[in-house]
Amino acid sequence: MLEILLDATVRAGTPILFATLGAIINERAGIINLGIEGLMLIGALAGFAGTQASGSLLVGVLAAFGAALLAGSVHGFITVQLRGNQIVSGLALTMFGIGTTALFGRSMVGLTIEGFERIAIPGLSRLPVVGKPFFNQDLLIYFSFLLVVAIAFFFYRTRWGLALRTVGENPAAADTCGVPVTLTRFLAVTVGSGIVGIGGAYLSLATTPMWIENMTAGRGWIAVALVIFASWSSYRALAGAYLFGGITAMQLRFQAMGTTISAHILQMLPYFFTILVLAISTIRLQKGASQQPEGLGQPYDREDRK
Amino acid sequence: MAMTTLLQTRHIRKTFPGVVALDDVSLSIAPGEIHTLLGENGAGKSTLMNVLTGLYRPDRGEILFDGVPVQFSSPGDSLAMGIGMVHQHFMLVPAHTVFENVLLAIDGVPNFFSRRKFQQKVQKILDEFALDLDLDTPAWKLSIGAQQWIELIKLLVRDCRLLIFDEPTAVLTPQESARLFKVLTRLRDQGKSILFISHKMREVMEISDRVTVLKKGRSLVTLPRGEYDENKLASLMIGEDQIPMWIKPACKYEELALEIKNLSVRNDRGLADLDNFTMKLYRGQILGVAGVAGNGQKALAEVLTGLKEATSGRILAGDRDITDSTAKSSYIAGIAHIPEDRKTIGIAPDMTVGDNLIMKNFNSRAFRRWIFQDRAAIRRNAVAKIDQFAIKAGPDGNPIRYLSGGNIQKVIIARELSEKPSVLVALYPTRGLDIGSAEYVHKVIIDGANQGMSTILISEDLDELLKLSDQIVVMFRGRLVGCVDPQTTTREEIGLLMSGEVQK
Repeated sequence: MLEILLDATVRAGTPILFATLGAIINERAGIINLGIEGLMLIGALAGFAGTQASGSLLVGVLAAFGAALLAGSVHGFITVQLRGNQIVSGLALTMFGIGTTALFGRSMVGLTIEGFERIAIPGLSRLPVVGKPFFNQDLLIYFSFLLVVAIAFFFYRTRWGLALRTVGENPAAADTCGVPVTLTRFLAVTVGSGIVGIGGAYLSLATTPMWIENMTAGRGWIAVALVIFASWSSYRALAGAYLFGGITAMQLRFQAMGTTISAHILQMLPYFFTILVLAISTIRLQKGASQQPEGLGQPYDREDRK
Repeated sequence: MAMTTLLQTRHIRKTFPGVVALDDVSLSIAPGEIHTLLGENGAGKSTLMNVLTGLYRPDRGEILFDGVPVQFSSPGDSLAMGIGMVHQHFMLVPAHTVFENVLLAIDGVPNFFSRRKFQQKVQKILDEFALDLDLDTPAWKLSIGAQQWIELIKLLVRDCRLLIFDEPTAVLTPQESARLFKVLTRLRDQGKSILFISHKMREVMEISDRVTVLKKGRSLVTLPRGEYDENKLASLMIGEDQIPMWIKPACKYEELALEIKNLSVRNDRGLADLDNFTMKLYRGQILGVAGVAGNGQKALAEVLTGLKEATSGRILAGDRDITDSTAKSSYIAGIAHIPEDRKTIGIAPDMTVGDNLIMKNFNSRAFRRWIFQDRAAIRRNAVAKIDQFAIKAGPDGNPIRYLSGGNIQKVIIARELSEKPSVLVALYPTRGLDIGSAEYVHKVIIDGANQGMSTILISEDLDELLKLSDQIVVMFRGRLVGCVDPQTTTREEIGLLMSGEVQK
């Protein structure tokens, strides 16, 4: 029972995990990205279409990454190069994503593909309780584990990571150290967006191997909230994403068991928890738990007089 | 002796919308000299530095480095040439550790760097200058003085040939300044060039090999040591500006205006901004508050004006307890506030001078008819105040942001004094003002004292404090560590108190 629940938790949490990781890379460089929901949809459709056309899941994942990266570069250009309003640009990106995927996805509705299959890792998958949920999964989930560690390593153990964090905290300080602020921010936005796209592709390539209009159903917004809950750390993002995966898994389980509680109420739970988590983490932030990047949301203009 | 030149600027000009920051600046810096750039606030010193470090691009003019014309399109370019700068607003990331802050400044760190190797490298430099800093401490936990050492180390790890210091002593105690000067002299003797910016005459006399005077965006003259004295530099720097005369009355210490008892305030990070702070303010007294910036002065001003809440302790005005009042009710209780950051807290930049002048009493019957503004009355008030305080406000309806710093400060003072306050809390009221405007602010404070207004004058300019105050208290880490008489004290005594090494 616990094993099944944990397994469902991981599978429901993974798309949110990718999206949160991508958003963290954006925000660590100082750019707020509210286009996560749109980027996930673009990733989901591009991933499905890529796999459908080529028959290869790898091509699908790369297509999702590339399409979301391209869409994210619009946000990057507006917010970094043009120093536009990050909130407005992000919201526009989400609407763009919802609209275009609905339009271009019409021909994909009803088609099917071979989705990702489980691959058991010898040895580890035979561990009690955690073995099956964590080590008898598909390749994208294993990739997400790697990504969590790789991002933390990148932030804290590499010079590029240090440069990226400095750009997000105090762009002027980075600039006076010779770090190219504009380029760093732009790369963070585009690559981060690409990773968000993989999160979307997980839905259309693994969760349910088909394209459904608006299939992200608000998961992108949950990721936006999770960034704050995770206080911009990839490890905490993992915990947060699985927390939401758990809630989703649980409410599905309740529905399957046929409780008297209305299904609508149960389906509401993850979104209700989003608000709850946001409130709690904001209070923690105010108490000084872990500060958000100081330059978050602020465009950088070298010649701006202070 | 034919002097070689490391860096030369020719006819540099830089404008910002509506402002000519630099008009025509030419100067040259030799290897192995300490070259001082002297000028009033607003003369263009910082702008020139930002041009030299590639932050600003000049509109006109030429920069020669090693005799070769160069163009800096980013700070990276000038760094690569070996020009580094300690900025007035530190370029540190508060959330990052000392090591992380320094590491980013080191040239040629591989992407996958060896933490141990570079920690050793940074530690070696710390040891060389006998600096007791923990590499893993986040920068925000350090004192302002220590933060400045990190800024300096960021330049030393890069082997810069020209080091620029923008008013480095503004945030240091006299003792820390002396230590910095020793380091600067040592770097000079190693053959490095130092461009030192200051408007403190005392320091300029002490450390400079040559002095260039900057006035209203133009370089007036460069004089080698021996060809200048304080008087000559002062008259060059200030020029025709007149210094008004006034007489300061002695405080009678009769009637208590404000009493602070065991006041504590905590900041967002849970640390004490004010720690068991006790002091008394008498009617007509000018109480100077000295201390290195960031030792609780701002919290003191904010708690007195109701912007911050006290964790414990009491504030008494006469026999009324005003500890828990909001900003508005303390204004009614008679406390006026000249805030530290005049552009972001003192005014609404896009509103007109007239509207800014009534911001505190817009609700008064004098400026409204029922729920509508009385524009005619607001305009009359503006005309009267502009005339009374000699504000250069520009055309009617001009947003206040276009005014100079000195005139903005006059608007704030006019507004704050309009209700005849009994107590004025002035936080760095002359910072960034030219000498004429600063003297005007001093005159207003003295005039107020003559009429019985008490002033808490928080300043980092010891000369200002010594000149105006009846009494000077010194703050260190949120505590009151000393109380001295300006007539009998010395700068050294105040300096020791500021550094927290002694108490009195």
